[in-house]
Amino acid sequence: MNRTYYLVLFLLGMGLTQVSVAKLNIFACEPEWASLAKTLGGDQVTITAATTAHQDPHRIEPRPSLIAKVRRADLLVCSGAELEVGWLPMLQRQAGNRKVLPGQVGYFEAAEQVERLGIPKQVDRSMGDIHASGNPHVHLDPNRLLTIASALSERLKTLDPSNAAHYRSRFDDFTSRWRQALKRWQRIAKPLKGARVVVHHQDWDYLFDWLQIVKAGSLEPKPGLPTSAGHLVKLRQALIQEPAGAIVYTHYQSPKAANRLSQLTGIAALELPYTVGGGEGVTDLFSLYDETLKRLLKVIP
Amino acid sequence: MYFHISIATALLLALCSSAVVAAEGGGFNPAISLILDGRFTSYDNGTDYELPGFMLGGEAGRGEEGFHLGHNELAISANVDDMFYGKLTAVVADHEGDTEVELEEAFIETLALGHGLAVKGGRFFSGIGYLNQQHPHAWDFSDAPLIYRGLFGDQLRDDGLQISWVAPTEHYLKLGGEITRGERFPAGGASRDGKGAGSLFVKMGGDIGESQAWQIGLSHWQADIEDRTSGGHHHDGAAAEIPTYSGDSQVSGIDFVWKWAPDGNASERNLKLQAEYFIRDEEGTVVMDDGSDTPETSTYNGKQKGWYLQTVYQFMPRWRVGLRYDRLESDNRGSDEEVLSEAGLDDEGHTPERLTLMSDYAHSEYSRLRLQFAKDESYEDADNILTLQYLMSLGPHGAHRF
Repeated sequence: MNRTYYLVLFLLGMGLTQVSVAKLNIFACEPEWASLAKTLGGDQVTITAATTAHQDPHRIEPRPSLIAKVRRADLLVCSGAELEVGWLPMLQRQAGNRKVLPGQVGYFEAAEQVERLGIPKQVDRSMGDIHASGNPHVHLDPNRLLTIASALSERLKTLDPSNAAHYRSRFDDFTSRWRQALKRWQRIAKPLKGARVVVHHQDWDYLFDWLQIVKAGSLEPKPGLPTSAGHLVKLRQALIQEPAGAIVYTHYQSPKAANRLSQLTGIAALELPYTVGGGEGVTDLFSLYDETLKRLLKVIP
Repeated sequence: MYFHISIATALLLALCSSAVVAAEGGGFNPAISLILDGRFTSYDNGTDYELPGFMLGGEAGRGEEGFHLGHNELAISANVDDMFYGKLTAVVADHEGDTEVELEEAFIETLALGHGLAVKGGRFFSGIGYLNQQHPHAWDFSDAPLIYRGLFGDQLRDDGLQISWVAPTEHYLKLGGEITRGERFPAGGASRDGKGAGSLFVKMGGDIGESQAWQIGLSHWQADIEDRTSGGHHHDGAAAEIPTYSGDSQVSGIDFVWKWAPDGNASERNLKLQAEYFIRDEEGTVVMDDGSDTPETSTYNGKQKGWYLQTVYQFMPRWRVGLRYDRLESDNRGSDEEVLSEAGLDDEGHTPERLTLMSDYAHSEYSRLRLQFAKDESYEDADNILTLQYLMSLGPHGAHRF
């Protein structure tokens, strides 16, 4: 009896110490949000990124390991706007963790914090894999990113009020560094204004909107559909009429289509990092923008 | 659970009108999804299908010849409120010239119990095995593995309650249990006051690096069976004697799936390997019901087992190839071997096996065209089966399970 009593006390004690040192457990759907959460949360949060820069965030298997991670999460940080519609709802339904369900404070959708581009007037599958709530690739506009960072920081404070001062100071630090970097990016990116660029998928709409780059065509005939030989021929003809400065794609997309069009037209094919981890030295959001601009400026001087 | 065509039409019309309202409202609640499945099949054999050593029931059979419709289904699902999720799936099929609607699934599931717990109630596919919970449109081949055909009549589903729990551990661990009515094949009679069957299952899984993921499952199903008839609805009803089984039934299984994609990016290339093994023990009585007062009877002690191994490889976007091997074995004994033989429980010295090749093309993630060839030696007359199939998905369609 006595022994049982001590065992219970011991377990209770273990439980209590665990609670007092437990960090906020964050499940980030994509690497860009893992990076932002790390910057804003510092050592008060533990972060798991569900995907890497090598994986297409539209197409992720709802793997057992991801269910286990969602089960233990305090907060999900995702792009939203239906980017993860093919896998996240399945994870949420299977994990049995009510803290992170839609509408709960433990579910944060980045795209919901900002105005979105490309909201279709009507949705029809013949138009390809389009998102009714607009383009979800919001992290490639630095202004929108700041709005999202502010909302995410507020969310961290709500979930973990005892560390509110810590989160506030980290956000202030991030904001001032981001604003400085933004000035620098705007200055060096001037030559890109008005440039015409062919894309693989509509990943770059926000980046182009910010830099005033003109989208000269898309390798996917419809969003989400693989390219075809016939489509490349059409693109080539359009590009002869009105040339472009680059054909961009990212790590998780096969470079074949971009290289083929590059051969057909002589326009440079260019891999851009797209997200954190998508290129050498791209270790956070700052280096993501630095590297993206550097690579674009190399082919569009 | 069939109801008449006019009700089916009314249901469809009601759905269409509600879909229009939902679209106009700009919302997607409830989600309505339609699966279209059509086939052309050619067989070398014209004989009636049988699976020596197994009493067939449920959906089991080899399917129709020539052009025919497959598994066309309409599903409506939505979160009911912040606590419950609900789903109904109706299968619309032609059955001996009549169009019928079968209620395939109708269940509710808790959303927000928390602590890894979930409760499901209604009619649902059992959580045992790997393939059992997947809808036929998510299968990699156009038909079920032989062991699913032999034991479950293609798939095990029943009316009841399921409780499952996901452990808060580093690795995925899920425990589940079900208690169900026990009226549908392979149970029968809704014994124990309508709680005649039950199951337990465990699933574990994880990743190996970035490129590989695996899951392993163990399951057990048990039922007290009263008068399970077999012969299914695929026979033309000419048989005067209907074999029925009463007694105890225990099924145990192990399932394994492993997936690979370079860097975990499955959109270009990916590989899936899956295998399941089931064993069934039955002890009871077989009666050849011929309508008389003194039908032929035998004690029955049945041992049936089987496995399949399949692999599917997507070698470029849109294109996949697959290979499957099936094998069954049975050792059924009883007081009157002749009765067992009439009931189809004699393996006739034959080991059922089948080799299936598949290739499919998905224009988008919503459309798929499939060509399948099977060398079917599941009964004594070896058959070559060629199947051409389309599978299309309309409307919002949620993610498939791992």
